[in-house]
Amino acid sequence: MSAKLTTRQVGDVTVVDVAGKITLGEGASALRTTLRDLAANGHKKLLLNLAEVSYIDSSGIGELVSAFTTVANQGGAVKLLNLTKRVQDLLQITKLYTVFDVFDDEPAGVRSFA
Amino acid sequence: MVSAPEPGGVDEAMEEHTLQVEYESALESVDSAEEAVLREAEPLGFDEEERHRIGIAVRECMVNAVVHGNRYNAKKKVWLQVQRTPDHITIRIEDEGDGFDPAAVPDPCAGENIYRQSGRGVMMMQAFMDEFAISPRVPRGTQVKMVKYKTDR
Repeated sequence: MSAKLTTRQVGDVTVVDVAGKITLGEGASALRTTLRDLAANGHKKLLLNLAEVSYIDSSGIGELVSAFTTVANQGGAVKLLNLTKRVQDLLQITKLYTVFDVFDDEPAGVRSFA
Repeated sequence: MVSAPEPGGVDEAMEEHTLQVEYESALESVDSAEEAVLREAEPLGFDEEERHRIGIAVRECMVNAVVHGNRYNAKKKVWLQVQRTPDHITIRIEDEGDGFDPAAVPDPCAGENIYRQSGRGVMMMQAFMDEFAISPRVPRGTQVKMVKYKTDR
């Protein structure tokens, strides 16, 4: 399954439901385009729901970091929701757990932007 | 007449086997190599998470070979060799690039490097495989050797 991204608004927080394979090529490009468009359109509170991500590589992880820095530089924040064990493993190995705020409960994630 | 062992069966796991494939310097080769390695690893009975880790390591290595080594040059090839024994699998991936000094890769976890978009592939391969080594390839390029052992050895 290739990547599928769906965006929804919860108050002033934009939740991006990410599903499928986020790897170099189509998947990572789709994630990059979606997040850049959101940032360019002034969406500064992004909560990425990664529950349905089946596979992510260093390129996909790189897109998450890139979005984090881009949005942070604009005064916003990118936070992560519902990490699978595979994504958790990669964030631990790369120590990115120390960078991202991570939630396993959507309302709590949304409230954290207040 | 000797009957062939059942695919994926115990008999097949006991046989040593070597697969060698030559790939084009294209992103499609990354998927192909990952699938080929996982097929070869099948008889060893790795669990789902170990298979995923082997797959990621192969993917990262192939991306480095195709993108950073051969730089998508259609005249250059990537070679995959997979050797399977009853208790481990050895994967070698070689490219024809300008070479690669792993010591020159900044620690992706150190200080401001953590905010860099790239540079995490080698760390992931090291974390996911039991043995990992990078060396120059003769006459040119880079070769990577990765080994994964069965966990119940």
